Amino acid sequence: MSSGDEISQTISKKSKKPQYSRFTQQELPACKPILTPGLVITTLISIGIIFIPIGLSSLSASENVVEIVDRYDDACVPSTGNDEAAKRERLSFIQNAKTNKTCIRNLVVPKKMKHPIYVYYQLDNFYQNHRRYVKSRSDRQYRSPKYEGDTKTCDPESEIDDHKPIVPCGLIAWSLFNDTYGISTKSNPVPINKKDIAWGSDKSSKFGSNVYPKNFQNQDPIGGGKLNESLPLSEQEDLLVWMRTAALPNFRKLYGRIETDLEANEKISVVIQNNYNTYSFDSRKQLVLSTTTWIGGKNDFLGKAYITVGGICLFLAIAFLLTYVIKPRPLGDPAYLSWNLNSAEL
Amino acid sequence: MSSGKPLLSTSEPSSEPSPHLHHHLRHSSLTITSLGRLCHNTSVSSSVTEGTQDNNLYDLNEELEEGLKEELEEDITPLGDTGVLGNSVGCPAFLRTRKRFKSADLQVQLTPRERKRLVSWGGATDPQHVWTVHEFSGASPRVVSSGIQDTLNKSRRSERFLQISMQLKENFAHHDNPRLIHINDPKRTNDKFEFSGNEIRTSKYTILNFLPKNLFIQFHRVAYLYFLAIAALNQLPPLAVFGRTVSLFPLLFVLTVTAVKDGYEDWRRHRSDRNENNREALVLQSGEFHPKRWKKIQAGEVVKICYDETIPCDMVLLSTSDPSGIAYIQTMNLDGESNLKTRYARQETNKLVFDGTIFSGVITCEQPNRNIYEFTANLEIKGQRFPLSQSNIILRGCQLKNTEWAIGVVVYAGQETKAMLNSAMSPAKRSRLETYMNRETLWLSVFLLIMCLVVAIGMGLWLNRHKSQLDTLPYYRKIYFEKKKFGKKYKYYGIPMETFFSFLSSIIVFQIMIPISLYITMELVRLGQSYFMIGDRHMYDSSSKSRFQCRSLNINEDLGQIRYVFSDKTGTLTENKMEFRKASVWGKQYGSTLSVDGSLDTNIGAEDVLEGRRKWKLKSEITPDSELLKLLHKDLSGEERIAAHEFFLTLAACNTVVPIPTQSASSSDTDTTLGASYGIINYQGESPDEQALVAAASAYGYTLFERTSGHIVVDVNGEKLRLDVLGLHEFDSLRKRMSVVIRFPNDTVKVLVKGADTSMFSILKKDHPDDDHTKHATQSHLNEYSSEGLRTLVVASRDLTGEELVEWQCTYEDASTSLTDRSIKLRQTAALIECNLTLLGATAIEDKLQEGVPEAIESLRQAGIKVWVLTGDKQETAISIGLSCKLLTADMEQIIINGNSESECRKLLCDAKAKFCVKSANSSDQISKWIKNTESDYLEIPLDTKLSSWQQQHAGQEEGASFGPLALIIDGNSLVYILEKDLESELFDLATSCRVVLCCRVAPLQKAGIVDLIKCRSDDMTLAIGDGANDVSMIQMADVGVGICGQEGRQAVMASDFAMGQFRFLKRLLLVHGHWNYQRIGYLVLYNFYRNAVFVLMLFWYILYTAFSTTSALTDWSSVFYSVLYTSLPTIVVGIMDKDLSHKTLLKYPKLYAAGHRQESYNMSLFWITMLDMLWQSLVLFYVPLFTYRNSSIDIWSMGSLWTIAVVILVNMHLAMDIQRWVFITHISLWGSIIVTYGCMVVLDSIPVFPNYGTIYHLAKSPAYWLSILLIVVVGLLPRFVLKVLQQIFWPSDIQIAREAEILRKRRRFFGPKPDQISS
Repeated sequence: MSSGDEISQTISKKSKKPQYSRFTQQELPACKPILTPGLVITTLISIGIIFIPIGLSSLSASENVVEIVDRYDDACVPSTGNDEAAKRERLSFIQNAKTNKTCIRNLVVPKKMKHPIYVYYQLDNFYQNHRRYVKSRSDRQYRSPKYEGDTKTCDPESEIDDHKPIVPCGLIAWSLFNDTYGISTKSNPVPINKKDIAWGSDKSSKFGSNVYPKNFQNQDPIGGGKLNESLPLSEQEDLLVWMRTAALPNFRKLYGRIETDLEANEKISVVIQNNYNTYSFDSRKQLVLSTTTWIGGKNDFLGKAYITVGGICLFLAIAFLLTYVIKPRPLGDPAYLSWNLNSAEL
Repeated sequence: MSSGKPLLSTSEPSSEPSPHLHHHLRHSSLTITSLGRLCHNTSVSSSVTEGTQDNNLYDLNEELEEGLKEELEEDITPLGDTGVLGNSVGCPAFLRTRKRFKSADLQVQLTPRERKRLVSWGGATDPQHVWTVHEFSGASPRVVSSGIQDTLNKSRRSERFLQISMQLKENFAHHDNPRLIHINDPKRTNDKFEFSGNEIRTSKYTILNFLPKNLFIQFHRVAYLYFLAIAALNQLPPLAVFGRTVSLFPLLFVLTVTAVKDGYEDWRRHRSDRNENNREALVLQSGEFHPKRWKKIQAGEVVKICYDETIPCDMVLLSTSDPSGIAYIQTMNLDGESNLKTRYARQETNKLVFDGTIFSGVITCEQPNRNIYEFTANLEIKGQRFPLSQSNIILRGCQLKNTEWAIGVVVYAGQETKAMLNSAMSPAKRSRLETYMNRETLWLSVFLLIMCLVVAIGMGLWLNRHKSQLDTLPYYRKIYFEKKKFGKKYKYYGIPMETFFSFLSSIIVFQIMIPISLYITMELVRLGQSYFMIGDRHMYDSSSKSRFQCRSLNINEDLGQIRYVFSDKTGTLTENKMEFRKASVWGKQYGSTLSVDGSLDTNIGAEDVLEGRRKWKLKSEITPDSELLKLLHKDLSGEERIAAHEFFLTLAACNTVVPIPTQSASSSDTDTTLGASYGIINYQGESPDEQALVAAASAYGYTLFERTSGHIVVDVNGEKLRLDVLGLHEFDSLRKRMSVVIRFPNDTVKVLVKGADTSMFSILKKDHPDDDHTKHATQSHLNEYSSEGLRTLVVASRDLTGEELVEWQCTYEDASTSLTDRSIKLRQTAALIECNLTLLGATAIEDKLQEGVPEAIESLRQAGIKVWVLTGDKQETAISIGLSCKLLTADMEQIIINGNSESECRKLLCDAKAKFCVKSANSSDQISKWIKNTESDYLEIPLDTKLSSWQQQHAGQEEGASFGPLALIIDGNSLVYILEKDLESELFDLATSCRVVLCCRVAPLQKAGIVDLIKCRSDDMTLAIGDGANDVSMIQMADVGVGICGQEGRQAVMASDFAMGQFRFLKRLLLVHGHWNYQRIGYLVLYNFYRNAVFVLMLFWYILYTAFSTTSALTDWSSVFYSVLYTSLPTIVVGIMDKDLSHKTLLKYPKLYAAGHRQESYNMSLFWITMLDMLWQSLVLFYVPLFTYRNSSIDIWSMGSLWTIAVVILVNMHLAMDIQRWVFITHISLWGSIIVTYGCMVVLDSIPVFPNYGTIYHLAKSPAYWLSILLIVVVGLLPRFVLKVLQQIFWPSDIQIAREAEILRKRRRFFGPKPDQISS
């Protein structure tokens, strides 16, 4: 209290007339936009004019994408069917390391596919974005051998017995996808380039070039793929791709690239090693071959949305134009002020 | 309820009523019992019994007043002993019974806080008006009993009553437990009771307790507790959604900033305390005065103060350098009044000290209290008792002036001094909009709860469905397979617990749904708004060199919604610079014929005559009326001449003004020709009226020259006249007059009286034909004066005979030494001599209107604000001022209510209502309101009742309007009956349908009562503006209190929320700043709700796609930074700087202010529209990226990055669309925020240990990323844009139209007529 008084008193002693500046008097030069009919219509028309071409071009880009999607998870196991026995059989098949899981799928190329053709695997209903899953990693450990024991965040897949840390630790790495694909046309095999499928930044900085897998998948239960212990993590690109956890429960991940064109109606056969167990939960596995354009893969959404929004804006522009013509309200007309209206009524 | 009966029964045996009371007692105690049973539950029953009660009571009261005074006093002592019932007034048994019943009732409500508040009220009352409190304490049964009725009827009243009873408690406290001060014997003084030392502590903390105490105080804010709870939740392992440090960051930040601020302030306080405590004063130690530190001074010690020194504690004056014992003190620090006040040492002690005897004595005084205008004590020296009063005490913080030294004995020290007891802040107010905001916050909490429940239930169902798979799901492993921990569960606690944890962790994720940052943002915005308000050059008062002040930072936006302005008159509407204008002496009028040019030469002539003999010069010059001057220069003979002589003698003598002669050097500069013999007399007085009168007397040759407690010296045309002052009856508001008993050198004794006409004419001498003529003439002059808006006083005198003198002296002596009821006794003594007076004349003083008042009032009225003037002035004066400031206009129908009894008031009110067709509010509404106020509101008011009554009121208003504008003039007397009775609602109905209400003759507490009347009965915002201590209660009561830094000191300013130099600034404050602030804050709140909710909802949609696992795609830091860094600055800048209209437009069309009345910027429907808009935008935000990246290889951090930037751009574009005025700062903050967001993301994505490493670099390369951002912004804002356009086309608001007019006119000026100017 007393100090408050002091302050106020010293202020009042000092106070002279407030200094004039456009800032303190709130008179800074300003732009005061108002929604004049001209502004409204111009805005709407220009949105329409910009959006429709964008929409058209992205739609055509998406149309140009050639995509082959093949679901193989139920075709590559001996038993289909939904009863318990079939499920058990599927499980025992996939969990048995000794069974031959090779599976051949024959596909037809619908249109000519220019290289590079991207080979993806797609998993559905696989919650790579589950909180328990996303958090179960140790980026420090992946980056440098110094932090090999830094596995606290990796539970429950942090160390094997005798407190030996797993490198790379965590549920994500543990559940590494390990189906493999080999593609061949009638005449000759089509090589799949698996180099540079991971992000450059991941390879160069995020995963250490001197961190080698240790104790990985040495102990039951085995979650997924094994790693080559002689290669540093930064070169295990499949792992790097897998470790960039997907945002949504249905996701694709890059498997490799085909550097040759595939002709239309060409028959290709895919030799699949169906190793990865998605049968213990309701998940689907699909193989995707897709070309790409500037917009990315096949997706009509952006194109259609842009065209729709552009169209709506143009429509609104016309509607407002008509409104202004039919029932104009002169801007800033004091006759429309509420008290003037009231007095007019009286 | 149960309290009523036992109390009654216990009190019955002790009541031994006087025989003639017996009948009444039996009768009424029955009623009381029934009342006691009923009062808690129903109001109806109490009002039923009211009638009989009243009769009994009033009969009783009359008898009481006549015959039982003595019994009353005897009763006090035993009553005081009864502890709980100590607050009972000294009344005989019957009344006591009632009181007990009442006090039992009150005891329940007497929380410490209330008590404090009430006491503070008491402390704040005006010196002249302390009587209201006195009146009650003086056991005037009539008032007390009406008070009881009230407590029964309207519990709200009980507050007022409580205050009275508190006052009683304090006044009587010293009977039970007086404070004994042994002069010059601190040891004995402090022996029995440890009186507090003189060390003061205003600081809150010490180094040791700073941290815990500061944290404790900070966590009183609910918002912080919420923060803390969330952060604590996040520390639990199963819930750790965010990184632990990240989640603590915002809370720690806020806490640290506040702690540093508090610490700094407290350090400053420590420093000033230390300085204060280490000051030194001369203290009598072993017979000599030695310096001693202030903090060591104890009660009972004798302290010597020298000229200009500050007084270290509250002391009773023993002696001063002045032989007559006068000391002048400046009370600036205490009440802000800059004039000097006189304090007296008792002659007896003064003499003793002068004789050099070291004396001892005992002072018996009341316990410390905060009333700075009250002090009651007795001094006992050598068996003699002398009374001590407020004029014998000097208070800590004051300065000794014009007195060489003063010696006093310390009675209150340190924290017990009145100054320290008074240093409490005025109650914190909360803005209306904030209360509404809390209502909406509740809705947001409901949304939050629903969202969390959805997530939790989803989680439970999902777990249940996947129960068997939980160990094989690669993304959900519930147990360890490691040998050591085999089978141990990994963060899994069973489905019910997991569901519950999921609920808690979703609260953590969705925490910013409750916009905590909004509170901090609002504080910053208000600070910024205040900066501009303070800096407004149009609100700078150059005459007092005062800027506008914002003393409260919580209610800026309330200024935009004011419906009622309650204004004080004197000093607020008027300048409070009194000027003596006219006089009527012996039935003859002077001064009215004075024309400026005509009388100029005669004036100068008269002046010359005077000049020769005058030795003293006044600071302010008055042009005297020449005719009157001539009269005064005649010989002292003839009735008229003698009357004139006495008239001016009264003006000079009958006052409390102190002349301060200053041998000013400036006189030689200005009046070199006249020589340095001229001194300048500066009159210091507590009332400006008196100063004006004394100055006037001086101008006519009667210069008050010297004043001591024993005599005054008046210079009459050069001859010094020494008059002994035998006694002085100070002005009080009940007598409304002041008198002084004077012995002339020739041993005649006269009473000189001046006072208000109403109180004076009744005590004039009767049956004298000559006087009758004078009386009539004076009366007509008085009417004339007051119709011109002048303040009038009547002057009269009378000779005292020897017997009368002796009789008076006896009672006077007795009364002035009495410890109890001194004021009542003094009033009775005054009545002895204030009778049979001879009328001398009347004075008229002009109270000038302040500049720009009529214009301001007119503008306020156009803005739909009702201006009520509450003044202490007479009805006629009030009306004339009302006319001159355009408050009243000729075409108004004036309703005048001035009743002298309840029934009369009721009749007047009803008649007026009937005449002007004012319908009363639904009575059930009142009852429900009453119930709501008394009991906890378990009884819900049916909505339709409320609505219908509201409509009726409005219908009433409209009908009233068809009669032409109404003006209500009501006087304080009627208000006593109306406010204390159930006539309140009648008054409310009538007053609200009037355009103008003038209340005259109102006491400070009544002012607050009137404000309360409106505040309680309507939702309208009230503003009280005043400048004096008598306005403090009103200022504190109103929603917004405005103080005028005027003549009457700083009390009003200290209690106010805003302070300014002139009334006319109110127009700008409300119409311009109030409007702006309201618009800004209203938008700010809505936008903040939207901004946080859209973000939270976006997270919510995503969680539905993550198996309800509360994953956030956004990085922890982005989530924290969102509301702190990414989007906060633009809202603050817009909240401070956005302007919808220029001040010129707002001042030109005051009606635009009604936007605030209609709550256009913030209301329920706006909130819901915003929420719908928010829902749409959040869906767009979530689903556009979802569809764009469906079946793609997008990773979670890229998606999160896209969402982060999209939501930041979206909300900023949303804001950009609503900004009305773009200045460069707005541009910088808005676009800057987006850039900063990008910058932060680049930084966060460049740290390799974060899993999101490199995301933004990768994303920025893809066109789909940019296209989806553009799509989100356009699709998100399109509905809002269209809605805005539609509204502006079809339903334009007033503000919109005014804005268009303003901008287009300006454009036209630039582009239209002079196109050549653009090129140049």
